[in-house]
Amino acid sequence: MLFHLIVVSLNRSFGTRTVYIGHKEPPPGAEAYIPQRYPDNRIVSSKYTSWNFIPKNLFEQFRRIANFYFLAIFLVQLIIDTPTSPVTSGLPLFFVITVTAIKQGYEDWLRHKADCSINECPVDVVQQGKVVRTQSHKLRVGDIVMVREDETFPCDLILLSSSRHDGTCYVTTASLDGESSHKTYYAVQDTVAFRTEREVDSLHATIECEQPQPDLYKFVGRINIYKDREEPLARPLGAENLLLRGATLKNTQHIYAVAVYTGMETKMALNYQSKSQKRSAVENSFNLRLKDTVLTASVKNHLLSNSTSLVCLPFLLQVIRAFTDFLAFMVLFNYIIPVSMYVTVEMQKFLGSYFITWDEEMFDEELGEGALVNTSDLNEELGQVEYVFTDKTGTLTENNMEFIECCVDGNLKMRRGHVCGLTNMSRFKAGLCLCRQEHEDLFFRALCLCHTVQVKEEETVDGIKRGIHQGRPTSFYISSSPDEVALVEGMKRLGYTYLRLKDNYMEILNKDDEIERFELLHVLNFDSVRRRMSVIVRSSSGECLLFCKGADSSIFPRVVSGKVEQVKARVEQNAVEGLRTLCVAYRRLSESEYKEARRHLNEAQLALQDREQRLAQAYDTIEKDFVLLGATAVEDRLQEKAADTIESLHKAGMKVWVLTGDKMETAAATCYASKLFRRSTQILELTKKRTEEQSLHDVLFELSRTVLRQRSISGLSVDCLDFGLIIDGATLSAILKSKQEGAGPGNYREIFLEIGRNCSAVLCCRMAPLQKAQIVKLIKASKEHPITLAIGDGANDVSMILEAHVGIGIMGKEGRQAARNSDYAIPKFKHLKKMLLVHGHYYYIRIAELVQYFFYKNVCFIFPQFLYQFFCGFSQQPLYDTAYLTLYNISFTSLPILLYSLVEQHITTERLKRDPSLYKDIAKNSLLRWPVFIYWTCLGVFDAVVFFFGAYFLFDNTTFTSNGQMFGNWTFGTLVFTVLVFTVTLKLALDTHHWTWINHFVIWGSLLFYVIFSLLWGGIIWPFLNYQRMYYVFMQMLSSGPAWLSIILLITVSLLPDVIKKVLCRAVCPTATERFWRITVLLKLFVSQAVGFAEFLSLIFLIYHYFFLKI
Amino acid sequence: MMASSYNAKDEDGHITVTGPGGGAVLRSKKPENTAFKQQRLPAWQPILTAGTVLPAFFIIGLLFIPIGIGLFVTSNNIKEFEIDYTGADTSSPCFNCSQNFSWNSTSPCTCTVPFYLEQPYESNVYVYYGLSNFYQNHRRYVKSRDDSQLNGNLKSLREPSKECEPYAYHNNKPIAPCGAIANSMFNDTLELFYNDPNGTSVKILLGTTGIAWWTDKHVKFGNPGGVDSNLSAVFQGTTKPLNWRRPVYELDSDQSNNGFVNEDFIVWMRTAALPTFRKLYRIIGKSSQMVPTLPRGNYTLEVVYNYPVRSFEGRKRMILSTISWMGGKNPFLGIAYITVGSVCFFLGVVLLVIHHKCGNRNNGAEISN
Repeated sequence: MLFHLIVVSLNRSFGTRTVYIGHKEPPPGAEAYIPQRYPDNRIVSSKYTSWNFIPKNLFEQFRRIANFYFLAIFLVQLIIDTPTSPVTSGLPLFFVITVTAIKQGYEDWLRHKADCSINECPVDVVQQGKVVRTQSHKLRVGDIVMVREDETFPCDLILLSSSRHDGTCYVTTASLDGESSHKTYYAVQDTVAFRTEREVDSLHATIECEQPQPDLYKFVGRINIYKDREEPLARPLGAENLLLRGATLKNTQHIYAVAVYTGMETKMALNYQSKSQKRSAVENSFNLRLKDTVLTASVKNHLLSNSTSLVCLPFLLQVIRAFTDFLAFMVLFNYIIPVSMYVTVEMQKFLGSYFITWDEEMFDEELGEGALVNTSDLNEELGQVEYVFTDKTGTLTENNMEFIECCVDGNLKMRRGHVCGLTNMSRFKAGLCLCRQEHEDLFFRALCLCHTVQVKEEETVDGIKRGIHQGRPTSFYISSSPDEVALVEGMKRLGYTYLRLKDNYMEILNKDDEIERFELLHVLNFDSVRRRMSVIVRSSSGECLLFCKGADSSIFPRVVSGKVEQVKARVEQNAVEGLRTLCVAYRRLSESEYKEARRHLNEAQLALQDREQRLAQAYDTIEKDFVLLGATAVEDRLQEKAADTIESLHKAGMKVWVLTGDKMETAAATCYASKLFRRSTQILELTKKRTEEQSLHDVLFELSRTVLRQRSISGLSVDCLDFGLIIDGATLSAILKSKQEGAGPGNYREIFLEIGRNCSAVLCCRMAPLQKAQIVKLIKASKEHPITLAIGDGANDVSMILEAHVGIGIMGKEGRQAARNSDYAIPKFKHLKKMLLVHGHYYYIRIAELVQYFFYKNVCFIFPQFLYQFFCGFSQQPLYDTAYLTLYNISFTSLPILLYSLVEQHITTERLKRDPSLYKDIAKNSLLRWPVFIYWTCLGVFDAVVFFFGAYFLFDNTTFTSNGQMFGNWTFGTLVFTVLVFTVTLKLALDTHHWTWINHFVIWGSLLFYVIFSLLWGGIIWPFLNYQRMYYVFMQMLSSGPAWLSIILLITVSLLPDVIKKVLCRAVCPTATERFWRITVLLKLFVSQAVGFAEFLSLIFLIYHYFFLKI
Repeated sequence: MMASSYNAKDEDGHITVTGPGGGAVLRSKKPENTAFKQQRLPAWQPILTAGTVLPAFFIIGLLFIPIGIGLFVTSNNIKEFEIDYTGADTSSPCFNCSQNFSWNSTSPCTCTVPFYLEQPYESNVYVYYGLSNFYQNHRRYVKSRDDSQLNGNLKSLREPSKECEPYAYHNNKPIAPCGAIANSMFNDTLELFYNDPNGTSVKILLGTTGIAWWTDKHVKFGNPGGVDSNLSAVFQGTTKPLNWRRPVYELDSDQSNNGFVNEDFIVWMRTAALPTFRKLYRIIGKSSQMVPTLPRGNYTLEVVYNYPVRSFEGRKRMILSTISWMGGKNPFLGIAYITVGSVCFFLGVVLLVIHHKCGNRNNGAEISN
């Protein structure tokens, strides 16, 4: 027993688990059989059960600070005697909480149902040599499962054998990472033979593998196969053996596999943990303001409650009294932070983001997709971007690779589809150099063999046998790397067709229509650190060859012979043209060398720990002593309008940084092509080449001096000479590393940032994915805290997309990973322009106005209430009737601002696109800075003072009816409230620059609604209400002439300062936006407003939809 | 089947899709090209510039100044006379009454205050009583009433609402009308006498109707048991408010002005907005075209001094006022209108200058652009 425990704990500590296939104990000698406990295959995505729903849901909801605050207010109202009834705050809170609870409950019920249907889904399990149908959730680790074509894997499985003879199966992981291409998974060669239920059941083996971890693409394990009385056979298992839950079997009749991870331990379940939420800067400043307001409110309360507690009472009583007074004031002033603000802001963000998805201009016909919004919380952040970090391949460029040229030994063989030199030259110089001919053959074979391309034959894809064209079946190539496809297709045009990989033999159709077969011995996969890949093949003549292709920098150091100089020249020339170059080399392996290599590889592959590292070491020892064959060039065309977009972003004051893994020359060429660098741009280089000559320290200081001197000379007109910085990954890591060595003058980070800040464009090449994120982080943390945006299309951009404030994914060719992890996904780079300049700009001014206006209207609302306390003995007497208090934010003033925040366009879309510099007007959160906020608050206080004292002087000890009768306090409040509602609504009308029929409808409609409501509210004696204080108050007020006159007067006076401020600002110091207004002043008057009623209905529907699905 | 159910779970399961991204299935199509969805609704785009605002300023100025003058003149034509009869001073006639006040005294204290009207009051004259430093708008005071009882609800008559506490029950009998407001009802009696130059003192007829809102008297307030019921019978089993001298059904001999629909009572129940307030007490109707309602001369105000205000340093006043279409004397509105009108006019001029100067400068700048 003790021993068992030790083994278990050992297993735990090593982080491995042992799976007994078919629950068969290993032979006695091997290891003790420990029945380990794993969870069953039940997926639980639901949060609640029926009994814990109410407490848990309530707990979750009240963890939100806003909800808790309102709950506290509500409780205070319940406990102590307060001015307003608990209903006024309890009802909205109850509503919000109930709707949210219902929505979450419904979602959870759906989840329960989905869980149920998944858990009860039939699964075929092999038991005692028979296939038994059982339910998915009954699956256990170690069960052998049979999966048929087009079925989804029920848990993470290790492939044992398949109906295909080579033990492979095709899988699509569309539901996991969105990549719909078929991927091949392999069975361990030793288990391939177990083809029937009976055979599989007789398999006696254990699997050792790591404990579940969320990385989809990583798996390390080992299978031990026991054959009678022999040493167990150990075979390595990798990610290519692991079939993930959620993926679907394709093009394979059935497979047998063994469950290793089940239920909540599957990689998919581990992966779908929610991402950390990004919060927008606007929201942050909004929260800050909130705290502020609460603080002032409580100070206010304190002041007031102190003045009440002057009454002589025993000390303790006095304290209690002061405290309850304080709470009562809190209740009275809590309206300044209404529940409705949260609801409105959320609603604005949610509904507003529909405009992005609806945008026709951001729809890509080719892809058949428009923009996607994954988070609506960041809409306004799009208007605040200062730094744009973009990937190059697939983002700036099409990632539509076209084979442009190849050269063998520096001689051009083909250029842009024209086969040049090949026939002529070879004929001309036939026999001149045999070795040349040999190199040429090898070169083409290398390109045909050294890849991981799969051939998809049309017939297998569609299931229909198509005609055979020109004597060969039509087929196309699929690969994870578009470069490879381009190369293989380019070879096809040159006459060397890669046919297929069959039984580990690669078949090539050469120029003379002969089929050559090479045995594929090993594939040394591509990785971004080595930047090369190799294959080891055995030709039909029995010769062992290693072909390698990779980046020039990773090939040249390993070359021992070949025409390095010529090839290098060619490569450099191509790189300058912006082409992606690859060098091709080979190595002839003798039998002993091959055996040595095989040993290295196998050893590394079998390793359970540090497999990556050991593989890299093995690769390093094998890939050496190359003979250089030649180089290829593949063009990656710029995306359409990429240059235009970059230029617009520049004009809009954004700094564009290109982060790429590509080599410097290629990347720089792309930068020139996309107008990131102009001819006038002075390029500063911070590359390894330079730092090898000088020390990093000197280079950095020299550059920073250049930049700073230039700035001091040119003074204000900085843009007369702009700098472009090029930095490579190696130098970057050196700079970042310097940080640990201490601050002071040796702090390179700051200097680098200083240089980067003064450059209009920065190119970072040779970047590893993590370095991309590091750069973003570095900028994000710099002292101005700029808003950053990262855009990319590939899995290598995910880290930077997640790191940046706003992450944008391009729905590119390299799968959907970037789009899935992004906040917004767009089909093409050019759509970024509209996204930022138009949508971002609009959303920012909309949300800015929304937030400011909300504070303004509540200051206007509550400040008279505050002033009234001085005239009612600080008794917390509400100025307004309960219905007005409750409905002010809910219905009288809510719709106009919501609509404004959805449809306001202060300038036309076209103008925003044509004039990117308008974006600068809103840079640095300019509409939500303190001066603006103070202005709004002052305006609110001024208006409130006008309302209150206007009514005060009107009421002051006199009457204003023509029959001498007097008005009471409710008339006083109603007068203030009427002026208030009209003023705040008209203030919004003044701010509206875009009057659609909906604006008219909503603004005038809500004023009308107020009047009608007031008439109705005061029009009858309401049954079931224990007070009738408003009875006829509104009508009596309207029957008096001076009341009308003072309403008009007070509204005019309240609006006057804002109008004057607007006019003066525009006349004296107009912003770019405002200057534009002057040009097109009022060319457009009322255009026909007759737009289909259906539009309006759809809006209503949306709001309805919103309330039911999201709060 | 399995795959589809799996996808469905993905959407609302672990991935937190906060935006409309959930509808990925729907969006395989091109978005609709409607003006609303493409944010291209036809719109009117007004812009506030000096040019557009200028006329508005001048119009406001030109409109407001005459209105203001009109209001100011009207307000000035209104005659108002106010006399404080609190009796705070030793010299004042009511000093004794105010000093000797006791809740229990059965014999009311009476004092007479003489005054002199310098101008004759031509039209209807409205008599107000005014109180100062009386917080009728205190929260606990304002809510201390039972509207349903006042409306004539028999059930509420027997069981006054909790809001009336501590003025809901007295000696286990429900108080009618309950609450602090009713309890503190103003109960001084004011009478006016005109001292004819020939020595006789003429009592001026004070009209008691028309001082409360019509809707209050006829709808909001009502006696329990209907209009013609015997009030003393209906109020059987209730007790009068503590501070009252008479029960509610003895407020007036006129049946239609008695009980809850007594106009003095209704006027009092409409709580004032500010601590210094006045309430309509009586109306002196104009008797004939020839004689002014109140001619110039000496008058005597006879006060039955019941209402103590000294304890909270309050003041009591009697006000005589004529009324125009805009109510009593209040120069505020007129002055405000004149001021705002002039400011607007002045701003109009300033803006005109700015517009002229900056407009030229900006136009120049635009051309150079």
